Amino acid sequence: MTHLVTTLFLYAEEGAEHAVELADGGVLAQWAWLIPAVPLVMMFAIAFFGRRLPNRGWELAEFSMLFVAVYGVALFISNADQGVYYEGAIEIATVGSFVLEWGWVVDGLSIMMYAVVGIVGLAVFTYSKGYMEGDIRYTGFFANFTLFAAAMLVLVSSPNMLQLIVGWELVGLASYLLIGHYWEDHENNAAAIKAFITNKVADVGLFIGVIIVAVTVGSFRFSDVLDAVANADSALIEVAFWAGLMLFIGAMGKSAQFPFHVWLPDAMAGPTPVSSLMHAATMVTAGIYLLGRMFPLYQDELFAVDVKTIIIIVGAVTLLLTGLIALVQDDIKKVLAYSTLSQLGYMTVAMGAGAYTAGLFHLFTHAFFKGLLFLCAGSVIHAVHSNNMSDMGGLRKYMPSTFWTFIVGSLALAGIFPLAGFWSKDEILSSVSFDAAHGGGAVASTVLVVAIVGAFITALYMARAVYLTFYGEYKGEGHPHESPKIMTYPLIGLAALAAVAGFANMPGIYTGFTDWVGARLHVMGDHHAEAINYLLAGLGLAAAGIGIAAGTRLWRADRDTQAARDRFRIPVLYPLLENKYYIDDFYLRGIVNPTKGSIARATDWSNTYLLDGVVNGVGLGAGLLSKIVYGGIDQRGIDLAINATAAATGEAGEQLRHTTTGRVQQYAGALFAGAILLVVGFLILS
Amino acid sequence: MIVNQFLVLAALLFSIGVYGVLVRRNAVLVLLSVELMLTAVNINLVAFWAYLQDPLAYLQDVQFAGQVFALFVIAVAAAEVGIGLAIVVLIFRNRSSANIDELDLLKW
Repeated sequence: MTHLVTTLFLYAEEGAEHAVELADGGVLAQWAWLIPAVPLVMMFAIAFFGRRLPNRGWELAEFSMLFVAVYGVALFISNADQGVYYEGAIEIATVGSFVLEWGWVVDGLSIMMYAVVGIVGLAVFTYSKGYMEGDIRYTGFFANFTLFAAAMLVLVSSPNMLQLIVGWELVGLASYLLIGHYWEDHENNAAAIKAFITNKVADVGLFIGVIIVAVTVGSFRFSDVLDAVANADSALIEVAFWAGLMLFIGAMGKSAQFPFHVWLPDAMAGPTPVSSLMHAATMVTAGIYLLGRMFPLYQDELFAVDVKTIIIIVGAVTLLLTGLIALVQDDIKKVLAYSTLSQLGYMTVAMGAGAYTAGLFHLFTHAFFKGLLFLCAGSVIHAVHSNNMSDMGGLRKYMPSTFWTFIVGSLALAGIFPLAGFWSKDEILSSVSFDAAHGGGAVASTVLVVAIVGAFITALYMARAVYLTFYGEYKGEGHPHESPKIMTYPLIGLAALAAVAGFANMPGIYTGFTDWVGARLHVMGDHHAEAINYLLAGLGLAAAGIGIAAGTRLWRADRDTQAARDRFRIPVLYPLLENKYYIDDFYLRGIVNPTKGSIARATDWSNTYLLDGVVNGVGLGAGLLSKIVYGGIDQRGIDLAINATAAATGEAGEQLRHTTTGRVQQYAGALFAGAILLVVGFLILS
Repeated sequence: MIVNQFLVLAALLFSIGVYGVLVRRNAVLVLLSVELMLTAVNINLVAFWAYLQDPLAYLQDVQFAGQVFALFVIAVAAAEVGIGLAIVVLIFRNRSSANIDELDLLKW
């Protein structure tokens, strides 16, 4: 305990040395370790006692999210009042010069993530009570779901890269469990495994990056690494490109950037609340968070500045390609999944453009409206018992709450003034244009065009989703009905946030968010425009408006979905989009199947001949040895001695027992005889 | 003072007692013989006390040690005979005999 206190004190002093004016956050920050701890404890409580509780574990999950939301918002307010920086750690072990620590960092970036995970988590968990009602693995679902949120909080609260990896992998594990929630269906298992393995491949990059950085700097702590960046550490400069690239590859996996994006649409196999939380607050935001955390490494001219070009290109490619796929999907959740990929592309573009605030601001607003859209989709699916929009239509009349909140979410996503998406997308556009003017060059200019086209595509596919789902005639079976209040209230809450979250950062008017996430120890050198750029804002808004208009023209009039789809059947492009550019097929046929076969054969061979040989050899040797030990030493040596002793004792007893006659006078005679012998002996000796 | 005559008497009595204990079959007579042995010991105690009285005179506290021991032995012998006779009576009631040779149940 003393050590803990001194460590805390040390950090507080270190913080004070920096020129940035940051408060230490007081008791609230010192106890912030509770943010990941409470959900973790609740996860175990649900797993062990959940079944016996009246709501079968839901109340514990809900409590943990309520706690995180309240704590996160309290920190958020405190951070908005004055920037907070605090870092606490408990030393677990020292290995050589590396110190293994469990810690929690409370600064602008992590506070924003706490608040987002808490608020969206609270909405999603509340909603899940209604959505998951009657599920056979209800309690297990909430245990996994709480683990999912807790893992994300471990990840974002981490002040060092090792703990980040722990959270990173726990998020992967929880997502695997949740995607495979309906594991009776083989496809869902395959989706869960696909998500896990795709992430694992990218994680190799993360590990290599972390190892490079840690070995070079000699510490796993982010603050040490970023100090090295601030001090222009020459050893780190040499490896900065590879370290930055490898860390970005790790981020590409979690944030599902091209070409690692394939797992995300398949992850729709999980229950809808899982998709909602995964796409809004946890999991996919982890990569963007990592880029944000390591931002100075990429931004500093001496370090991994070249990686930024790769980042912005990857982001732009993801943005455009996945946005186009969203246009042809029939499954409403897949439309939203590809939309998430596209929006993650925007965030990556922002990070690649050196626009820290813009990227995180889009993460912030996107969390609310994408969480909302998924919950709305879940509500629709709950009503019509199908994921396909060809089974929906006309739901506007049956589900007014869902309809209106979906409209708010869609408009926010499309970037319509004055909803959240408008402000964050505009921030990205102006940041990219700022970057184009400040060293980004032709690449940034091209990406700017792609981003504006992306805004058009976003509006187009959201318009399509709205019209196919809520307009026209109902084409499904049964009678759809509005969801219960426990599901619609979270929708309304998130819709309100999706509407107003954008006001946190209005260039030239109020830029609170910039200061909130800028409350960090290390100077960012953030690329971002000071004033609103009316031309870009107008272009973005126009692109979105044209998208909506085109969507209305294409899908509003058509009562029949099939006809609407056929209208879009352009010979080459449509099959290409429908098959997702054959990337999945390429992975399956080009990588998975050949490796699967040869790896299986190699594993089988090594198993049969190498492993089995060793195992059998050891077994034979042990058998032989045991025979020698048993037959030679045990049977003939030890047992012989024991048996001989026993036989001798038995024989002696057999012979001697006849002296026990039972006659008292014989005993007395022996006694006297003995006494006389003793006396005689005594006399002779003396 | 000569102590020999007392010692001879005691030795004779003890020998008669040993003989009785080893040879007699009646349990009552065996007990009687034990009493004879104890009496022989008592005679020895008192005889030696009288014999050694002068050399031990300086030990004021043990002036009557021999007699006290003899009294102890008599008391213990009385108790022993009380219990012994009670056992004999019970055995006689059970088996209508006090023959010691027949009491050999506790053997191999």
